[in-house]
Formats: sequence, C-alpha cells, structure tokens
Amino acid sequence: MIGMRRKIVLRVVSKLLIPFILLFGLYVQWHGDFGPGGGFQAGVIFAAAFMLYGLIFGLGTLREALPAWLTRSILALGVLLYAGVGVATMLMGANFLNYNVLGATPQGGQLVGILLIEFGVGMTVFSAVITIFCAFAGRAAADVNPIDDLGSDND
Amino acid sequence: MNLEILTSDLLNVLMLAFMGVTGVAIARIRNLFAVVMLSGIYSLLGATLYVILDAVDVAFTEAAVGAGASTVLMIGTLALTSEREKATPNSNSWKGLIVCALVGAALVYGSFDMPLFGDPSAPAHQHVAPRYLNDSMAEIGVPNVVTSILASYRGYDTMGEAFVIFTAACGVICLIGRAPRRLKKKNGDDA
Repeated sequence: MIGMRRKIVLRVVSKLLIPFILLFGLYVQWHGDFGPGGGFQAGVIFAAAFMLYGLIFGLGTLREALPAWLTRSILALGVLLYAGVGVATMLMGANFLNYNVLGATPQGGQLVGILLIEFGVGMTVFSAVITIFCAFAGRAAADVNPIDDLGSDND
Repeated sequence: MNLEILTSDLLNVLMLAFMGVTGVAIARIRNLFAVVMLSGIYSLLGATLYVILDAVDVAFTEAAVGAGASTVLMIGTLALTSEREKATPNSNSWKGLIVCALVGAALVYGSFDMPLFGDPSAPAHQHVAPRYLNDSMAEIGVPNVVTSILASYRGYDTMGEAFVIFTAACGVICLIGRAPRRLKKKNGDDA
C-alpha cells in the first residue's frame, strides 16, 4: 500500500483530483438540505480525499498533514456539537433538539439547527473513517517495515 | 409512459442479475484481491439500483461507503493476510446448499405477505409519511425531505447514529490503534 510513492502518474493525477474531491465534499455538506447528501456522505467523501493522499504519498505524510490528536479531537467535537445543539435548545426553553427557537422564525431556526447538526455528523464520520483507515494501514505497514516512521496513532 | 415503466423494470432485472452473478463469483473465486474488487462492484451495482428506485441519498451513501471506503479498508486488511484463500476440504457443501435453499425459500414465501412495491395502501405510506411529505416544507422549510426527516423530525435517532460511529472509531483506536508504537519501541530497544 505504501509502495506507490514512486508512481509518477498516480502522484500527478491524485494531486489533480484531491482538491476537487474536497470541494465536492464541502458542496455535499452544505448543500445537503437542497440536494441529495448531508453530513454522513460529505464526511466519507472528505475522508476519501485524505485516504487517497495516504495511499499515494504514504501514511507518515498523511499523519503530518492530519495528526492523530487532530482527528481524535474532531471525532469527539462532532458528537459534542450535535448534543450541544440539543442542550442549547433546552437552555432556550424548547425540547431537546427542537431547532425552532434557534432563529427569529421557526424555519430559520430549523435551517440553523440542521446545518449545525449535519456539520457535527460530518466531522465525526470524517474522523472515524480516517482513524479506521490509519489504524488498518498502520498495522499493515508495521508488519512490512517496523522501522519506518509510521506517524500513525501514537501520540 | 408504458415504455418508461418497461425500461425501468428491465434495468432493475438487469442490475439484480448482475448482482447475482457478482455474488456467485465472490463465493467461488479464491483470489482475495479479486473478491475485494468484486465486492466494490457489487456495492456500485447496488447504488445504481437505488438510483433507479429514486433513493438518491441511499445510493450516495452506498457508493461512497460500500464501493469507496470499505474497499480501501478491505485492501488494507489484505495487506495483513495472504492474497489467496486457503482451499478447505468442503465435505459439507451439499448440506450448506440445502440449508441455503430452505432459508431462501422461507424468505421468498414470507415476501408474498408483503405489500406490493409502490402500493399506496402499504403501512409504510400510511403512518407518519403523509405528515412528513405534506407539512415538511411549512414546518422545516427544507426542500430535501430526506434531510428534514433525518436531521429534524428524527434528530434524536440521527444523534444515536452519530454516537454509534463515534463508538466504532473509539473501539478501533482501543483495539489496533496503538499496535505500531509497541512494535517500534521493541525495534528501538533491539537497535
């Protein structure tokens, strides 16, 4: 898996593709209330861009761009954001996760609440996929070449 | 109109036939790399089927997770094992076939009691679905009904799903996230 570093065609093509995959992930994230998609799909697409980067340039390079402490923090922050929106609505006098009170009008509040919780789902799914990928790929690399600096989940 | 229904039926049958062929190939092929690739193709065929059924959100998830992410994870797992499945003496294959045929027949028999596909009087279209479809635009104001159900009407369930994903990632970190460090330290001691 890690041996693809020298393939020039793969390197160039993946460098061209990754920005568009990231942009598409953002589109799916913020446009999920109008078209198909949402936080879950956006998280996986966003993670796919980083997985491609890790496959082509090696796990260590991926972990330099996206350290383990960062993905773990985003993993927890996503669910905290989701539950936090629910607590916020409770503090504002409504039921848990009733977004009507978040805006001036009920529909405005719903839009704000949906965007926030979809962003929370996206954060958690993105970090979960990256974490699982790095755990598996790091293990494979450790078996092949234990001395290689893997930069995987070991901070 | 009739031609449209005919084309969509034809596509459904074609996709299901492709999926059946892929499933049989996955069961028969011993080269695990080919099996992983075929399971990705299987997911892609499933996603196409969902698009034909107008379930674009599900198709999106199937294509991204089933055909994309899980294929990469399976290849990562293959790097830990061998690329060929060991041949096992399959003396019980006839018994297995009989069990599969019986269970499959029972499932097909059970499906006779299900409402027809697209039947407007089916229970799924009677309970809360009319309320969601009629009032979603006034109550939530979001054009995609799937999003308004997932994120608002059923927000509590979706929060549970987010926590399931969080727990899964935590489990992976606990089980195999720290293995490379121990290996590296051991190696450092040797050197």
